[in-house]
Amino acid sequence: MPEKNTLSNKERMKIARTHMPEQDAELRSHNFEEVNQGITELDARVEASRCIGCGKPGCVLQCPVGVKIREVVDLIYAGDYLAAAAKMREDNALPAITGRVCPQENQCEGGCIVGKKGEPIAIGNLERFIADYERNSGQLGLPQNDAPSGKAVAIVGSGPAGLSAAGDLIQKGHRVRVFEALHELGGVLVYGIPEFRLPKTIVKGEVDNLRKMGVEFETNVIVGKSVTIDELMRDEHYDAVFVATGAGLPKFLGVAGEHLNGVYSANEFLTRVNLMRAYKFPDADQPVYDCRDRNVIVVGGGNTAMDAVRTARRLGAKTATLVYRRSAEEMPARAEEVKHARQEGVEFRMLTNPEEFLGDEKGWLTGARCVRMELGEPDASGRRSPVEIKGSDFILPADLVIIGVGTTANPLVQSTTPDLKTTSRNYILADPETTRTSKRGVFAGGDIVTGGATVILAMGAGRKAAAAIHDYLTTGEWETAPKETAAKS
Amino acid sequence: MFKIVEARSVGFKIKQFVIEAPRIARKQQPGQFIILRLHENGERIPLTIKCSDPEAGTVTIVVQSIGKTTTLLNCLETGDYILDIVGPLGHPSEIANFGTVAILAGSVGTAMALPTAHALKEAGNHVVFIEGARNTEMVVFEQEVRDASSETYIMTDDGSYGEKGLVTKKLNDLLADGRKIDFVLAVGPVPMMRAVSQVTAPLGIKTMVSLNSIMVDGTGMCGGCRVLVGDKSKFACVDGPEFDASTVNFEVLMQRNAMYRDKECESLKRFEENKEKELAQVRAQFANEETHNA
Repeated sequence: MPEKNTLSNKERMKIARTHMPEQDAELRSHNFEEVNQGITELDARVEASRCIGCGKPGCVLQCPVGVKIREVVDLIYAGDYLAAAAKMREDNALPAITGRVCPQENQCEGGCIVGKKGEPIAIGNLERFIADYERNSGQLGLPQNDAPSGKAVAIVGSGPAGLSAAGDLIQKGHRVRVFEALHELGGVLVYGIPEFRLPKTIVKGEVDNLRKMGVEFETNVIVGKSVTIDELMRDEHYDAVFVATGAGLPKFLGVAGEHLNGVYSANEFLTRVNLMRAYKFPDADQPVYDCRDRNVIVVGGGNTAMDAVRTARRLGAKTATLVYRRSAEEMPARAEEVKHARQEGVEFRMLTNPEEFLGDEKGWLTGARCVRMELGEPDASGRRSPVEIKGSDFILPADLVIIGVGTTANPLVQSTTPDLKTTSRNYILADPETTRTSKRGVFAGGDIVTGGATVILAMGAGRKAAAAIHDYLTTGEWETAPKETAAKS
Repeated sequence: MFKIVEARSVGFKIKQFVIEAPRIARKQQPGQFIILRLHENGERIPLTIKCSDPEAGTVTIVVQSIGKTTTLLNCLETGDYILDIVGPLGHPSEIANFGTVAILAGSVGTAMALPTAHALKEAGNHVVFIEGARNTEMVVFEQEVRDASSETYIMTDDGSYGEKGLVTKKLNDLLADGRKIDFVLAVGPVPMMRAVSQVTAPLGIKTMVSLNSIMVDGTGMCGGCRVLVGDKSKFACVDGPEFDASTVNFEVLMQRNAMYRDKECESLKRFEENKEKELAQVRAQFANEETHNA
């Protein structure tokens, strides 16, 4: 292939989108190996040749971190994968991760002009390809850091927002230390997203890259308990703090029977299986409910619910059923996850809502009393709101119910930082552009400000925070009164 | 990794560890706990903090061998390491001058009650400490209990030491003698805490219990430790661990604590069969670390 694409746009549009090879659905529904196997070098170049190099690339505009996708695609076409990866890394500290978990259909690929007439360029697959290529080559294109600034930044939380901010700030020459409450780094990337979607070695690899760039990490520190924000600034001499603690508290339904044995939050179920590796029990010590030959229900329609139901399937569930109160169209989960779940034999019961969990005399779950729903008028989210159909109750037998209907803010930082203003729902108030909070030197971003969102949006917030923190550390200027932003319920 | 600077046996299958953990030592207050993990495939378990020394940067924990992790932990000695420790977790105990305070603690619960007893005594309370244990070998920290209280009673189930009977027997006796008790703290097995609550609730004596529900992260993230308090669901890790006993649903707590019993037994049995090998593996991870650092 030549270095420059000599095909006409018409010819480029005729090339079919390459497909991501997947592990066989039956096989993978019994293991925790990654579903997507990655595309080949040839596929990557063919895919890159489909790009028509449009003048105003919608892909870049719709990327929350503004990756220079067109230039990256050109470098892939030219076969210079390491340069492509380095270009990617200028804007995205975690390409191997976002290539796997971004909802590309709503972002870069959603903005792709080729997609208007046919299928968009498979940008996610390309991103994953170059990140994996770079990792396997052992020749990391780590950016050069600026000269030391003499300033220090503490980052609270090692999830996508924190890691992304760390990557940008270290390049600006600041000392950066990331504090993590759990024993492993990565936040939701390690406790939430399962191995079969995002192998832990990938997260570890990206964290190690940041470490090589000079970022310091300290696990087992709960800011708000082990140390406060004020102590970090006063006693440990941090000039700025970025709070990226996420929306970690699970929501329950508040219906009867939620205390029965066998009812889990998705956070608990996934934490046990992912972070604590309970799927290896008894080789790993932390147990999880034995799903083998059991009926499992997962409540919710987002990525977390999808992760939980597919995990239950892999743990040997006889039936793994997703119960969602709206219709399939309103499900917020990534399209690919829904497709994969269907292939793996997950049953979908749309327009269904549990009203009560039923148990035996020993306190173990036996089933869920559900009602059928229909769609009414649009609600605040713009989606048609589900309305209960009276008298449509029925009982769904269940040995395990996993509730994945969203999360709320963890209050530990807010409750120990008196001058940090919060919303009525206890999310941190921060300016959406600068991520500045009501407290001088303290910035906040990601789910702790917006409510539960996506990995890439959190990374976008991390980048904004890094830019604003650098600005503050350079100028010493601080504007007060952050604008009120409404966190999602 | 966290170094064990002192490990010693303090009773039958009960061991006390002094561990280097400067951040926790600086912040710990009575009533709080830690969560630890021993090796890469280890589980996270919550444990009582007995005391801490901010100057030396150490925390002291007391561990009774019950399941796999506590049994493995109790095989560790001075100079060994603990992979992960996080804390201090939970709200501290409420310390005020209530008047006369009765503290009822079962065996290893004594360790958790000690710092609170100290603080309550310093706050001007008359502290009546009733320590209960199965037998004489399980009576722990007697002298420290006496130092932390104004009045001390030791009860054993079999009468092999102190008085024979449960801690609630002594509490009932004191109340029958007309002793006025203004506040009660109970720390121990769930049936014991429930029994205390059954004595004090009808009399309207404010009673706090320190709940030991099953936890994973300890930061409010998983909800596994949820307990029914009043009609509300509360997380023992972040809302507790102490709750007003009269509002706690002890039945649900006991049910939930039994959730993994089969697996816990399986795990312990497997460990007993491979004890030396697993212990060597735990130590090996730090041997590598030390060489690496050197």
